[in-house]
Amino acid sequence: MDAILLQILNGLDKGGAYALIALGLTIIFGTLGVVNFAHGALFMLGAFCAVSIKAVLGLEKVTLDPTQTTAWGTPLEIRQPYVEAWFGDLGATLLEYSVPVSILIAIPVMLLIGIIMERGLIRYFYKRPHAEQILVTFGLAIVLQEIVKSIFGANPIPQPAPDSMQGMVDFGAFLGHEAGNVVYPIWRMTYFLFSLGVIGLVFAFLQFTTFGMVVRAGMADRETVGLLGIDIDRRFTIVFGIAAIVAGLAGVMYTPILSPDYHMGMDFLVLSFVVVVVGGMGSLGGAVLAGFMLGILQSFASMNEVKEIIPGIDQIIIYLIAVVILLVRPRGLMGRKGVMEG
Amino acid sequence: MRFMGMNKQDWILFIGFSVVTLLGPIIFSPIGAGYPDLLQKFAIYGIFALGFNILFGLTGYLSFGHAAFLGVGSYTAVWTFKLLSMNPIPAIIFATIIGGLFSAAIGFISLRRTGIYFSILTLAFAQMSYNLAYSVLTPITNGETGLQLTQDDPRALDVALGRDYGAVLPSSDLFGIDMTGYPGFYFCGVMLIICFFISLRIFRSPFGMMLRAVKSNQNRMNYTGLNTRPYALTAFIISGMYAGLAGGLLAVTDPLAGAERMQWTASGEVVLMTILGGAGTLLGPVIGAGVIKYFENIFSAFNDNILEQAFSFLPETLQHIMVQVSSLFVGEGWHLTLGALFMLIVIFLPGGLMEGMRRIRNLFVSKPPGGTGSGGSADTPVQNPA
Repeated sequence: MDAILLQILNGLDKGGAYALIALGLTIIFGTLGVVNFAHGALFMLGAFCAVSIKAVLGLEKVTLDPTQTTAWGTPLEIRQPYVEAWFGDLGATLLEYSVPVSILIAIPVMLLIGIIMERGLIRYFYKRPHAEQILVTFGLAIVLQEIVKSIFGANPIPQPAPDSMQGMVDFGAFLGHEAGNVVYPIWRMTYFLFSLGVIGLVFAFLQFTTFGMVVRAGMADRETVGLLGIDIDRRFTIVFGIAAIVAGLAGVMYTPILSPDYHMGMDFLVLSFVVVVVGGMGSLGGAVLAGFMLGILQSFASMNEVKEIIPGIDQIIIYLIAVVILLVRPRGLMGRKGVMEG
Repeated sequence: MRFMGMNKQDWILFIGFSVVTLLGPIIFSPIGAGYPDLLQKFAIYGIFALGFNILFGLTGYLSFGHAAFLGVGSYTAVWTFKLLSMNPIPAIIFATIIGGLFSAAIGFISLRRTGIYFSILTLAFAQMSYNLAYSVLTPITNGETGLQLTQDDPRALDVALGRDYGAVLPSSDLFGIDMTGYPGFYFCGVMLIICFFISLRIFRSPFGMMLRAVKSNQNRMNYTGLNTRPYALTAFIISGMYAGLAGGLLAVTDPLAGAERMQWTASGEVVLMTILGGAGTLLGPVIGAGVIKYFENIFSAFNDNILEQAFSFLPETLQHIMVQVSSLFVGEGWHLTLGALFMLIVIFLPGGLMEGMRRIRNLFVSKPPGGTGSGGSADTPVQNPA
């Protein structure tokens, strides 16, 4: 029982990341009708937002202290980050919580990146075939990741979680099981809750605001909404920006779990696409459901007991499920009729 | 005037293509590509792209998993070397057959869906093969190290024929001709010519016509009471066999097979070659493969010193800036160039380089294309005087 609970927990944070990326992908697909292969790159850019903010916060002021000398006889260098020098304890806290702080800055940055991408490139591809959309966004993804590589280098850059969030939470004791059996890193728990929060916000935005209502109407019948005199294109641009924010935030918060490197986007992209297709293209609920489902299934498949029965299953489980689902439910789990039939 | 189902124009194209391929070492030497290692790559990836084009160019099915067949071909060829003989002929025959069988199985399932779902299915299968090759199938694939020849391989056929390689690690040889250097290139080149001929015949055949019909409107074909699946599946298998052959040839020129050949970025590369050259044209994929492999070779060899020389005519500060900017695009940053080039092609020239050539020619020649141009200009995808 404890083992099963632990595997479910293990799957949740990864599932959260899949769900967030897939949610953005499927929103873009449902509204703009564009298959965006550069969405993984947005996830990666979000992660590197966190990296650069930490680097900026960590800029150090170097002063020489002539009264003390090092072992080599040179004056001792005292290094102190500027934020600490300027803001004291607040600065130290900022530096400590650089990953959560990055969220605040990543939101406008990702919105801007998303809008530039949509206005500058994607909008010219609304009417082009899906194959060309895939190809041009694939090219864009390569360009973005190579730019990041040339700035930040090819090695992963670890981003520590704040000290207070680095321990483990004893989840088993919380549920009244024996203590110590089901322990789980606090940060992963935070990631899961965070992803639920973001998903909730996106759904609330689409469900309860006028803007969201118009967007949903546009998803259902773009032409009619246009005929009613609503500039649907402008709203869709903002929707693209929102999808970029969601992917970016997923990336920011994922950095303490997986040290970001330039190709993390590509690794997640393939899986997220599978998630979207399993959930049903254009279905928001489907993307979230499939994201968590595949995350949890993947962690179950990497249990030793399972691997003994079917060797290698942990490597292929997601793809295998995608194949089965596509063959028995062509539209995915919750796909809408008439969207990308085939 | 027709011979073997091809008219005069096609024969000129074919003969021109063969001559260019066989004289490759001379023709490509002025641009610094006249050496066998690179020419071999042109030929092998040309075959890979030709095969991909039969699927994507003719039927419009965008497969994102073709690298799997390339990898399977490589593994098969290396195993043939290990078990049977160092002669490349059985190796490439088995590579083609196994590539075909593999693609028949994957194609049979994947072709139940079209459009993006088809792409995702092929991608899923290729990633499964890649992950398995890295993990559980290690006894067959030798995992991360890659499958290599060893001195004590059985090589049953060679032993039966009394060939002994002594204490050195053998390299593949065709009846005593070592498959390195120019002989290696000519082996691949002849394969490329054969593949091009088959591809030309497919393009001009009723079967090719049927595949184009599948691309233009699958529903219409279904409504006329025709089952399109067998045609698409045949095209898929043929392109899988091409990929298997290309993988086999890779192993012939360098007897080593690794799982990274099956990764999905490798599948992306062949898509790129085909699109760059022009999907659905005969020559396009080969040209695309050549251009990409050529620039990969040239650009990744560039470094700051060469760049400084190139911009030495500029004032020093300007030179410094130019070197800084352009060094992003060469050497390690070659992929950036590739990505940018790819975007530009898809945005401005969806028909690829062949489309570009046609446009340039139309600027100068006012009459419609289709004259007796030499080499590259003689094929248009739609014009098929059959």
